[in-house]
Amino acid sequence: MTQVLLVLAILLALGSGVPALLGARDSNRRQRLGAGLVVAAGVFALCAVAVSALESAGILDATVTAGWLMRACGLDGMQRWFLVPIAILGPCAAVYGTGYWPQASHPENGRKVSLFLGMLVAGLMTIVCARNTWPFLFGWEAMALAAFFLVATEDDNPDVRQASWHYLVATHFTTLSLFAMFSLMRAATGSYDLGPLPASISVSLSNGLFLLALFGFGIKAGVFGLHVWLPGAHANSPSHVSAILSGFVLKIGIFGLIRVLLWLPHPQLWWGGVILALGTTSALYGVVAALGQHDLKRLLAYHSVENIGIILMGLGVALLGRSLGRTDLLILGLAGALLHVWNHCFFKSLLFLAAGSVVHAAHTRTIDQLGGLLRAMPWTGAAFLVGAVAICGLPPLNGFVSELLVYLGLLRLTTHQTGLFWLAGALAAPVLALVGALAVACFVKVFGAVFLGEPRTHAARHAVEAPRSMRVPMAVLGGLCLAIGLASPLLAPLLDGAVSMWTPHAHVRLLAPLGSVSLAALALVLIIALLAFWLAGRLRKTGSTRAVTWDCGYALPTARMQYTAASFADILTSLFDWVLKPVTHLTAPAGRFPRRATFSSHVTDIALDHAIYPLAERGFELLSRLRGLQGGRTQAYIVYIFAALIALLWW
Amino acid sequence: MLSDALQTVLHLLVAFLLPPLLGGLIARTKAFVAGRVGPPLLQPYYDLARLVRKGSVISKTTTWVFKAGPVVSLASSMLAILFIPLGAHGPLLGFSGDVLLLVYLFGLGRFFTASAALDTGSAFEGMGAAREVSFAALAEPAFFFGLLCLCRITGSFELGTMLGPQLGSAWIAASAPLAMVCVAWLIVLLVENSRVPFDDPRTHLELTMVHEVMVLDHSGPAFGLIQYGAALKLQIYAAILVRAALPITTGNALTDWLVFLAGLAALAIAIGLCESTLARLKLTGIPKFLVGAGLASAFAVILLAR
Repeated sequence: MTQVLLVLAILLALGSGVPALLGARDSNRRQRLGAGLVVAAGVFALCAVAVSALESAGILDATVTAGWLMRACGLDGMQRWFLVPIAILGPCAAVYGTGYWPQASHPENGRKVSLFLGMLVAGLMTIVCARNTWPFLFGWEAMALAAFFLVATEDDNPDVRQASWHYLVATHFTTLSLFAMFSLMRAATGSYDLGPLPASISVSLSNGLFLLALFGFGIKAGVFGLHVWLPGAHANSPSHVSAILSGFVLKIGIFGLIRVLLWLPHPQLWWGGVILALGTTSALYGVVAALGQHDLKRLLAYHSVENIGIILMGLGVALLGRSLGRTDLLILGLAGALLHVWNHCFFKSLLFLAAGSVVHAAHTRTIDQLGGLLRAMPWTGAAFLVGAVAICGLPPLNGFVSELLVYLGLLRLTTHQTGLFWLAGALAAPVLALVGALAVACFVKVFGAVFLGEPRTHAARHAVEAPRSMRVPMAVLGGLCLAIGLASPLLAPLLDGAVSMWTPHAHVRLLAPLGSVSLAALALVLIIALLAFWLAGRLRKTGSTRAVTWDCGYALPTARMQYTAASFADILTSLFDWVLKPVTHLTAPAGRFPRRATFSSHVTDIALDHAIYPLAERGFELLSRLRGLQGGRTQAYIVYIFAALIALLWW
Repeated sequence: MLSDALQTVLHLLVAFLLPPLLGGLIARTKAFVAGRVGPPLLQPYYDLARLVRKGSVISKTTTWVFKAGPVVSLASSMLAILFIPLGAHGPLLGFSGDVLLLVYLFGLGRFFTASAALDTGSAFEGMGAAREVSFAALAEPAFFFGLLCLCRITGSFELGTMLGPQLGSAWIAASAPLAMVCVAWLIVLLVENSRVPFDDPRTHLELTMVHEVMVLDHSGPAFGLIQYGAALKLQIYAAILVRAALPITTGNALTDWLVFLAGLAALAIAIGLCESTLARLKLTGIPKFLVGAGLASAFAVILLAR
């Protein structure tokens, strides 16, 4: 029964763009029909989750499905955990798209976006529920290529072409290492079915598979160093596509990593150490790089690197716990990582959708050209604020719950008595605290510069609120952020089901104070409400007058006198300029009566600009020496074929 | 002997009514050193009572976020203080991991205070907000390494236990790391509560302020909330530091309370003396100083590895 529902969901998502394709270029009605199909796909997927939970509890009979279908796909605890977010996010993005990218206003590429968005959701669902290598890889390629076409939506823009090209190169590296990994696994088990590898394989093979998985899935997840494709692709695609890319496509890398790590025998202690170190580096680098960004969506993209880092920190703790035989570390780390997968999916896609509304209204992504949008766009502003508070890991929202679990894992590692492993926890936990505080700085900067104060440009002054089709998905995602923050114990059974794939009979609530956290969050909301009520009453009684901002006595402040986002972040970015390596362009004022002076600066990406590009240039130089071989003369090619034949016969 | 119920009432009174007095004591100390009579000890209470009765002037630029700033930051401090032990008396609330709630509640308060400052569109308040969030971010590792030391020593992640009776015997075994932690926490206390040498709320030049410049546009009851919230936050940091430095549990409740209150008073006087005798650090020197404090408490963790 589960399998039938899953296939229906995948087919509905896959075909959701077909009505639009068969209709007129500018038919909004066809696009809405497609969005409806994605919503239906999401509902079917959620039903599949519910049915499979009942089947695994023995309440429903699971054996009625055909055997080959059972081998191809299905849902265990971990797969259920990962299917829920895409089943919610996919429909939200599709509905948002009907307002944000209506075909009537985008006849040149509206149908393309609808078609590939459905294909992307279908691909993601296929990967999550695959039980065999072939559906997994098939879904993987569908996802990878659909995402490429979506990133390249506005392919008349050179920035977009470059970003999609980076993405395509990166995703092919992923596929390459996945082919290698799955072939080795096939050789080890003798079957294409996905599952645990026999303990008879050698330790070095296990290590090799670990490195292949880390590299391949790490590119997709955007781990530091392999994240080079991520900021450009997220910034340059339509915002509802960015929401899915950041909200779930990155997580599919985490999903793959978690699956494969479970199947590999002989887990080594250094695996956990490497993943914890990578996670800590990614988290710190992501937030520092985000602080230096001037582009709203690029900034959010770097925060994805940060959050993937936090997820990996949890996973690293879990792996160390597995190797040290500490089940408590395993459960806390894994539960923290898994819950952060959900949370990041919801708050980051909320932030991308809110950023999309800003772009939709003000036609710019440059933070320092916005300002004062909260008055014109109260809903979008409130949605962004919810996302911002959640992503900083602040109570009473959901980010706090999952970060707390990761912290608890790290703190327990700190109290580990034998060996020096505890120092790993003792160094990683303060870094996570630093990351949290830097995230607060970054999101105060972006929320303040975009939504508060005075509008800095004409476009920002005349912004209007997003239509309802865009507000409803934001409200759904924001509501989920609040609900998980206030009522996380309700998620415990589903979370236990996922964690139990790694260690049987896991009970997260025995180790993590989910109930206390919920009560504290409720108490916080209550105190805020009481104080707000008191202040409103006081203000009514004592009276208040509206006047111009005091600004130290200046009577006519203008928007140009406001502090900019770049100045706001300057203390921190100048402290970290050894990693950001900013490039500045200065035309200094010259002469007695200087006419004009300009200053601009942007930070570079340490991996892309200082490692990959120089490396690629060297590679290009070396390889271009071989260019003479391909002169375009047919005779020469025939000679090559002849030589190759001779060589093969000889061999 | 004090009964449990009486102690809880005393705890609540000390937690919520005492904080402004610390500010009064600091001001009084500074006046004494300067040879002035100074304001009465209870001046902060009079100020609060006056502020809640006053009318407000609110900038036309602002939105609801401007009013949410004081409300959320006070609410987070009010919740946080319930998790703090006052002297030997354990906290009113607690769970394993509440130490993280404390850190993140301060983060929430900071988020909204700084957002409210940016809501006015004033360049000065922007500067103040930028400094506040940057310095707080750099102070975070210093505070956190210290907490980790206590976690490692006591094997608990609950503030009540971390600062509980075991800490007294831990001072004998691990005095050097704990002393380093206390020094680092004193620095964190001075930074987070905008005290000299990091910030001077009494300066008359807005350009050089950190915390005070963020609340320039607040007035009336909202400003009262901010002042009270600031006092509460000082008391939280002071209570943690006093308990970490003086982990004395005599078993006699009255003596324990007196020790704690004497510790608070001594800390307030020490802050006052600091403010009277030290010059302010250069603004660009603060980040370096904070990184130094962070490294000092990181060393404390390394010392525990022996």
